[in-house]
Parts: sequence; structure tokens; C-alpha cells
Amino acid sequence: MYQINRRRLLGSSAIALLLNSGTTRAAMVKGGLPWKPGSADPPAAVTPDGWRCFTPQEGRTVEAFVDRLIPPDPETPGGKEAGCAIYIDRQLAGPHGRFEGHYMSGPFQKGTKEQGPQSPVTPAEHYRTALTALDKVCRGKFGKAFAELSDEQKDETIKGLEDGSLKLEGTDGKEFFELIVKDTQKGFLADPVYGGNKDMAGWKMIGFPGTHYDYRDWIDRHNQRVTLPTVSIGMHPNWSQSR
Amino acid sequence: MPSNKPLHPVLLGLALVMPGWCVCAAGINKQDFKQIERGHYLAIVGDCAACHTLPGSGHDFAGGRSIETPFGQLIAPNITPDPQTGIGAWTDAEFVNALTQGRGRNGTRLYPAMPFTYYTKVTREDALAIRAYLNTVPAVYNPVNSNQLPFPLNIRTSMAAWNALFFKPGPFQPVAGKGEEWNRGAYLAEGLGHCGMCHTPKNLLGGDKTSERLQGYALQGWFAPNITNEERRGVGSWSIDDISEYLKTGHNPSSAATGLMSETVGLSTSHMKDEDLKAIAIYLKDQPTRHASAASDPDAAAMKMGAQIYADECSGCHTANGKGISRMFPSLDGSPAVQQHDPTSLLHVVLRGTRSVATDKAPTAPAMPSFGWLLKDDEVAAVVTYIRNSWGNSAPPVSGSEVAKTRKSLVERSD
Amino acid sequence: MARKLARKDAVVIGLGWTGSILSHQLCEAGLDLVAIERGPWCDTATDFPISYAQDELRFRLQHELFLRPAQISVTFRNNAGQQALPVRTWGAFMLGNGAGGAGIHWNGETWRFLPTDFILRTHLTQRYGTSFLPEGMTIQDWGVTYDELEPCYDQFEYLCGTSGQAGNLKGKIQEGGNPFEGPRSRPYPTPPLKQGYGHTLWAEAARQLGYKPFPQPAGNMSQPYTNPLGVTLGPCTYCGFCEWFGCANYSKSSPQTTILPVLTRMGNFEARTECEVTRINLDRSGKWATGVTYVDSSGNEFEQPADLVILCGFQLFNVQLLLLSGIGKPYDPSTGEGQIGRNFTHQTISTALGFFDKDKFNFNPFVAAGAIGMCIDEFNGDNFDHGPLGFVGGGYLGQVQTNGRPLESMKLPPGTPAWGLKWKQALRDNYLSTLNAGAAVHASFYSYRDNYMDLDPTYKDRFGRPLVRLTIDFHENELKMSAWLTDKFAEIVQHMGAREVVKHPRKAPYSITEYQTSHLNGGAIMGENPGNSALNKYLQSWDVPNLFVQGATAFPQNAGYNPTGTVGALAYWSAAAIRSQYLKNPGPLVHA
Repeated sequence: MYQINRRRLLGSSAIALLLNSGTTRAAMVKGGLPWKPGSADPPAAVTPDGWRCFTPQEGRTVEAFVDRLIPPDPETPGGKEAGCAIYIDRQLAGPHGRFEGHYMSGPFQKGTKEQGPQSPVTPAEHYRTALTALDKVCRGKFGKAFAELSDEQKDETIKGLEDGSLKLEGTDGKEFFELIVKDTQKGFLADPVYGGNKDMAGWKMIGFPGTHYDYRDWIDRHNQRVTLPTVSIGMHPNWSQSR
Repeated sequence: MPSNKPLHPVLLGLALVMPGWCVCAAGINKQDFKQIERGHYLAIVGDCAACHTLPGSGHDFAGGRSIETPFGQLIAPNITPDPQTGIGAWTDAEFVNALTQGRGRNGTRLYPAMPFTYYTKVTREDALAIRAYLNTVPAVYNPVNSNQLPFPLNIRTSMAAWNALFFKPGPFQPVAGKGEEWNRGAYLAEGLGHCGMCHTPKNLLGGDKTSERLQGYALQGWFAPNITNEERRGVGSWSIDDISEYLKTGHNPSSAATGLMSETVGLSTSHMKDEDLKAIAIYLKDQPTRHASAASDPDAAAMKMGAQIYADECSGCHTANGKGISRMFPSLDGSPAVQQHDPTSLLHVVLRGTRSVATDKAPTAPAMPSFGWLLKDDEVAAVVTYIRNSWGNSAPPVSGSEVAKTRKSLVERSD
Repeated sequence: MARKLARKDAVVIGLGWTGSILSHQLCEAGLDLVAIERGPWCDTATDFPISYAQDELRFRLQHELFLRPAQISVTFRNNAGQQALPVRTWGAFMLGNGAGGAGIHWNGETWRFLPTDFILRTHLTQRYGTSFLPEGMTIQDWGVTYDELEPCYDQFEYLCGTSGQAGNLKGKIQEGGNPFEGPRSRPYPTPPLKQGYGHTLWAEAARQLGYKPFPQPAGNMSQPYTNPLGVTLGPCTYCGFCEWFGCANYSKSSPQTTILPVLTRMGNFEARTECEVTRINLDRSGKWATGVTYVDSSGNEFEQPADLVILCGFQLFNVQLLLLSGIGKPYDPSTGEGQIGRNFTHQTISTALGFFDKDKFNFNPFVAAGAIGMCIDEFNGDNFDHGPLGFVGGGYLGQVQTNGRPLESMKLPPGTPAWGLKWKQALRDNYLSTLNAGAAVHASFYSYRDNYMDLDPTYKDRFGRPLVRLTIDFHENELKMSAWLTDKFAEIVQHMGAREVVKHPRKAPYSITEYQTSHLNGGAIMGENPGNSALNKYLQSWDVPNLFVQGATAFPQNAGYNPTGTVGALAYWSAAAIRSQYLKNPGPLVHA
């Protein structure tokens, strides 16, 4: 005679549940596309209040440096006003500054140029060492820290790093030059949400209208200037006051 | 007993537990598989599973699902044939009584979260078919304490007064001169379909405002829209085919089912027969709205802001002219969903995003991302006011404070 | 101690393009199937929505949609004389992760290989003689022909909604298409994309020089499209954030936009994400797979038994898994023996920049799609006489500029300083009027005895398993080819009216730091017999008959085209063989 065995029913369903979710503990997708309401992971907007990684002296140095890499002109701000130093500071204070996500297991050995970066020194550490060394070498040569030099002296110093003639203690001056140039350019042209490219000055300078997504009305308009307002992820002066 | 086909163990078990219970109650013949199939279909029309099946449990109709009401939580009971925790021990008459009169066993009054106010229209024959079907689903031992309402609402006898005010019992009466299809549609929509449960506005006591039938109701973070034949806010601009396609696939050239309606389409209407969906469409196309659309006078500054937001954030899918992409990105121009007098659903979708329903015939289920992180309250208000009053649309503007209120109430929801 | 789970009919390793195609095909055949994916579930509206998908720093430069090298990486050296070192941050190629795989971040360039590409050794030796091929080149025939694959190419293109202009319909050459392509049975499912100013001008210049330009076949929809599975894609809006980015409006072909909505609704399908397969398990004989072992995100180990194992990871990790699982014999370059790890190839791309007068030319480079562009195929494969040229191989040339993202587009005239006011001015004056197509020359990379993969002796992944080691460099043949093709491309740019053309042909040594497409191939190649291949013509392992290995892992060498079209076609080809032959009678499908 068949009887409903209450306990057996409970037991088998429990095991099924365990095997299907608890035990494998995978994020399982079954039965349709998942949906998480209100889900959004936008970049956290940088606010230009103080430094998170740099000391005040380091901040001054970097501001002075980026303003020579990208000097101001009558139409477009320079690196300092554009927020490049703030951009670099926030990046170094975050996961990028720690090389998070990179393969950082040893052993560390220098390889060929083709084998790419092999140093365990993180960008934050690199900046720290280089900025200290830079001020030291400037004091030695000019009697002042980098930030206090005249524009000509700053340019001379930067050229020295660029061509390798100026050595920095504890790091490679040329490598540091290449790093800060790249970072400054990113600061100038990345989305303003990251602290640089203030008011989208970099984008406006080159004629990039920003984060528009729908150019269907423009693909056929050959050799015509796009007249859309410049917008970014967090900045839409055409409909919003800056945060 | 036939040896090659074992008797259903549940029924046999029932026979053991309740030796006096006669399986052959009037109306149910357990050999009548057509009745069981019909009951299965009607249970889909009635969407019993939406409340009585806990999603992901794998135990159909075993209850346990929390039902949100304006008055508190209820938990849907177990309606599998389990004799102790389900309805296995009930007589057919008790089942029909529960379905159509709102009375449980021993006369306990059911709360109208169980839509007996609608199911009362169901014929006895159909009710018994559903019973016959439910008799055949696996019995699950799952004790449920349904009544989770706060005091004094948890006193069921208070329902007597409520029923006196708002419950009109009695099976569906066909209306002469309306034709067979219309009457079939009416029977389904007003009975098992219980459309008005969500789509008819309620008074403070939770009873239907019958003078505004099917003109929309706000519940659980959404606004179930007006589904009368009103041109702007109802299904007036939809053809019979549009309505049928929407119910069958969750999509039609201009619109997509989402939010709470996703589940209704997914579990119920997408499995219904084409002729039944057509009948419901015919019925809805004949429902009047008793209130005229409110005139709209949107603020010029808001319209300007809204237009810019629309161009930057919305046109990439919904296109510059608001027509969207057929059966993919809903058309905002002419959309009833956009022009409801209560903008809750519209705000919900803009603030939290949403995924449209997937059905076999329309499996893509495109999703709209959430914009609540990007747009401040006045910006949401502007873009929503803009789409409500652009192209051919006209609907009352939305204010920043309305958005703030909706945003706050949605934050507390997990769905 | 691995906990053993309930048996499945099939386990699919990886849920990218091939994982999604195989899962769908086999679930349609009724198999109870689980797909195990190392990365996260990915979804359009929650992971790359229209409000922040277009972020160059986050997605292009900081690689946020991609595998983190910290999770798993590879090591690299140019030759056996060096010690291989880890790729600590991606450069030369970008590796996907998560459901959808590379299908999320690719450009959508959807090509077919030429008929001669599949019989390369036979064809080239017949035409030019065996001694024309350089010493150490190990190209071979595929074991499958273009004609056999044609219906599968068609199937993949119709899955994707590929936008293009047919050039050869059943043998009849069609105006406006690629006159060199193999015959196709029917037109593309959607018409070609619109083209921008630079693309159009380039095509006009090419035409004037006697070439036959045609629009690049695109996995970006020129119009809304519903595929045979019933899944709909929207129209491309030319946003210019395609490759490296997810598409926010469902207009790029990907597993998300073509298969997953249907696949996830199939009752016999289940995906487990954030789980990494660490080993394919074999029975005692070593000739039959019993399933896989994987590790979840909590570090718990599980054994998933299955009757059929489909390896659908990216090429690098497919080879690594075969080596770690002891399947097949590892390749030894000194003896030439062993199949697993040999014939490792990449792609030979190059470009020439065109600097134009900014007052006369405005290219609006930011108005673009992933596979926008006009191309010519006169110099691909063996479409031209190599006799007097002294190299084999070729590629398509195209003005295939896909974006105007500011940092990526920073290409300045020679002599521009790296910083200062002059740099700033050059940036301002050249952005809108520079022709900058990163892979303007998209050419073949043939296989060599000394370009191969094996397991690294020193560096490990987070589970302690050896990383796979890449030994690869350019050979004279490819460098010669690249210089010659780049010259041809530069001619066309010059003819457009450029003020200055700067050629950048590919140069040795191969560098792991410079991005040159993610088209990595080989390591477990397909072929006619187990003596010269790891897989038979159906991508079935010669060594383990209930294991099928998908992807560009199977390519004996790379042709002058983006590989995804061929990867998709082979996936359908393999799936059809499993469904119509293998399932009825599990065992080797080819007896060599």
C-alpha cells in the first residue's frame, strides 16, 4: 500500500534545494534572465577637495608639473586648472594606485621591453619616490623645490627627465616622466567624473562632444561639424547644474 | 484495482485518511480527464499560481507566498490535496464556497486578497473543474499560517461588514445583445481573470470603486493602468490584435509588459487560448471611462530640460521621435503607460529600471536601466513631464516632490 | 576534497560565444546540461547601461569588463633563449570574462575565411612550390572545407543579424560586395551599415586606384532584427564605444543579444557563474572524460560528472586546461612531437596614419560603429600573385576607424613634442582630421615551429596551477608582408588627399605591451589525422572522444580576417556533428 511519507517528501525536497543552490554556492542562472531592480554601478564622482594620496607638498609639485606638461593658453586651461593633479591623486589613492587586479605574484625580474612592466613598485609608490627625488635634485641644482622654480627651470627639468640626462634617486627618471605624461593626458581627456578634464575643457578643445549615444542623425552628415552640446557621464550643462 | 496503472497515491492516501469521504461527489469524476484539463486551463486563467505557488520552491500551489495588501501581509495558503495542511480534506462544496463566497472551512471568512469578489462570477461547473485539477497536483505537506495582518484587522469576523458593503455574490449573468465573444470576455475578465483586482481603484476600506472600474490603481510600487477603451490612457489606441498580442506575448508593436504585469503575462495570459484573449480584448474595448482626461499645462522650463535629458539618455533606445523600436523598445508617443493620471509606474521605471517579460513568442526581454542614481528629483520630473506632453501626448506634469515621494517609497522595496 | 554532484548529460566549460552556441544546440537536442563560467553573469541594463557605458578610462584603459590578470594570467617570451615572465597587465590582447565572453566587448567584425585558407598548404605548395614556404613554417590544411562550412557561416550570420553586402551569391559576383569572398548561399540578414565621411572618402580613393571596396560585415545592426531563435536586436546608433565596451542598446551581436534570453528559459539548462574549472577529469584509461572539477568563489571544490565535455573557454585557457588535465601529448619544439601547444598564432596588424588639412576635412571620428568601415580584399590570402614578392599571406585593408575616443585617438604628426603648448595645439588641430584606423591592415599570421605554448615552470595561478607560457615572435615572412601591405594602404590614404601619411608597419620583436587584436589561435589544432592535429574535423579530441574543443584553438594558422565568424561557423559545424552522429553513437567520429 502506498502511503504518503511526510518525512520522505520533506527530505527529498530539502536535498534537491541543497544541491541546486546551497551546495554548489554558484551564482546560478536558470529559468530566465535575472533582474536586479535599481541596479547601477556608475563611477563615484570625484570632488576637488584636498588630497587623498599626495601630501600637500607632493600635490603642489604635481600641480606645477602638469601645468607645464599642458600649459594654459587663452582658450583652454592648463593641466592644473583642468584638474589633472586631482585626477592623478584620486587614481593613486584608489585601486589603480595599488595595481589591484594586476598579476603581482613573484618572482619579480626585469625582462625585455617586450615583456612589459615587471616591477612590484605600485604607481602610488612610484610617484612618492619620484616626487621626493625630484624635489631633492631641484634643490640641489636650483636651490628650490620643483614647484617654486620658474617656468623655464621647470621645463628644463622636465626635458632632463625626458631625455634621461636628469637622474632621480631611487627610480628611473625617464620611466617616471613617461608615467606622469600618460597620467596627465588621461587627467585632461578622461571623463570629468574622475576629477580632471574640468568642465570638459579637454573635450571642447578637440571637438569631441562627449558621451552622446545616438548619432543616427549625424552619420550621413559628412564633413559637417557636430553641433551637439558637450556632455559627460555626470555633467550635462544642457540640463543640469553641476553637482 | 487496475494493475498496470496504479491509482493516484494522493487519492488513495486520502481514502485511507478519510474513509468516509466519497470521491464521487456530484460534478467530479476523477476519470474525466477533460474536466481535469479544463480545470488546469481555468487555474491558469485565474492565475492561482501567482499567489499560491512560492517562486523557486518547485512545489506548485503549496502556499507560503507573502501577499502584500494595503493593510498588511497575508500568506497564501496551501491548496494542494494534502489532507492536513492543504485542502485535501475539504468537500467540493467547501471548495466552491471558498472560491465564490469567500468562506473557508467551518465558515471562516477569507480576506479579499483571495479575489472571491471576482471569482464569485465563476460557474459551479468551472469551479468544480478547477477542483478536479487541484486534486491531481502533488500533495505537499506545508503548514501555512495565513493571517499576518495586524490587530484588529486580523479578526476575520470584521469581514462580515466589509462583505456587506463591497461584496456582491453571484455567478456571471450574460448581457443580452452583446454577443458571445463579448460575454465570454466579460466572464473571463470580471471572473477568473479578476483584472479589476489590480486595475480598479479602491476606496479607503479596500473595496472597488465600481464607478471607476478598470481605470487604474496604485499598488506595490506600480500603477496598474487604465484598461478601459479611453483613447489616451486606456486601450483606445490599441486594436483588438494589439491587446491580444500583448496578453499572449507580453509585447506588441508599441508596448511591453513589465513590473507586476510581467508575472500575469508569464504565468497566466501567455498560456491562454487566442480566442479567449480576443474575447477579453473585445470586452475591454467596450469599457467606458467616466472621467475625461485632465488638461495639461506643463511648465516651459521643465519641458526644455526634459527634452535635453531625453536626447542624452533616452533617445538611444526610444528614438528621437518617441516611436521606439517595434516590439523592442516601447513607443512613448501615444503610450497609455506614459499618460496615466498617476505616474507611479513611469517613475518606477525611470528610477529603478525594469525588465520586460519574456514569453516563448517574445523571449528577448529587453531591460531598461535605472536612472535614479543620475537624475535628481526635478530632473526626473522634467523628463517624465516632457514625454507625457511631447509628440501626440498630453498628461498632467509631474513635480519634483512627487518624484521624491515615489523614490522614497521604492527604496524600501526589494522588487 | 571535491564534493561530487549529480551527473549531467553534458558540461560546457565557458559561456562565451561557443559556450552559448553549443549549450543552446545541445539543450535543443534534449540534453540535461550545465555551463560553468569563471566570470560573473553579465547583463546589458545592469552592467553597461546608456548612462555610463561610454567611459573610456574605465573600460578601454582600465579594462573593467575584462579578466583581471590577478585571477589568471599567462607568461611570455619571444624565444626559448629567454625566460618567460608574467603578463602582469594586459597589453597585446584582451581577455574576456563572464557570461558572453568576448561577445560583449568585441567590435562585431564578422568575416568568413577564403576557400583557399582551409586548404592552405595544399594550395600554396601547388601554386608556388614547397620551397617557396619559409623554413620552419608549419601551416597545414584544416581538414574541413569552406563548402562544408558555408551553411554554418550562414547560420552564425543569421543568428547575429550580420549587416553586410554579399559579394558572391552562389558563384555570381555581386556589385558592391567583396568579389573575392567564397560563394554564399544567400545575402546577409541585414543591409550594410551607413558609413562616415572618412570611410566613404577612402572607398572613393580606393575605387579610383582600381580596387573594389565594400562595407565591412558588421555585428552592429543596421536596422532592428529578429533572429531565428526569436530574439530581437535594436538598431546601432553609431555611438563609437564598441570594442572594449558593452553595448547599451542591444544593437551589437553577442550571446546576450542573440542566445541567452532563449537559452536561460530552457528547463534543461543551468549556468553556474563565478566558478572556475580547474581540471577535465579522465577515467583510468585516460581516453574518456568523466566530467570536470571546478572551484566556486568560496574556494570549495566540486566534481561535476558528465557524459560529454565541451571545452569553450578562450584559446589560451583551453590549451592550458588540456595541458593541466593530461589530455594529448604536450608539444616539444625540439623534437616536433606532441600536438598540444603547437601552431600558436596571433594576427599581423598595422596601419598608416593620415593627417589631413583641418579646414577641409572633418571626419567626426566619434560617429562610428564597431565594424564600420570600407575594405578591399585584393591583397588577402592568395588573391594576388606572391611569386615576385617573396612572402605568403595577406590581409584586408580598410578604413575601419571605429571611434574617436580622445585618449585612444591621440595620434599626432611626427615631430610633435610629447608635452607642452605645441603638443596641446597639435592635439587640438588634428583630432577631427586624422585618419586613424588601428587595424587598417588586418593580415594573416602563419604558424611556425618555434611559436608555441606550454606550461610555465615558475609562475602559478591562484590555485597553484602553472600558468601557460607563450613563446612567440614575428618571422621575416610576416614582417615582409606587413611592410608591403602597409605601403598599399598608405597609397590609398595619400590618394584621399592627406597632408601627411605616416606608415606604421609591424616590426619585430613581438611585444606583449602593444595591443594587436585578441585573435589568438592554435594550440590544439584541427586536422586530418592524429599525427598532425589534436582535433578531428568536428573539433573532437583524437585522444578523448567525449571531449570537443571549440574556438580558435582549432585554427592551424590564422588567416587575414577577424576570426569570430569562423569560430561561430565551426561551433555550429561541431554541434551538428554531435547532434546527428555522436549522440546516436558516442565514440570517435573519424577513424584515421
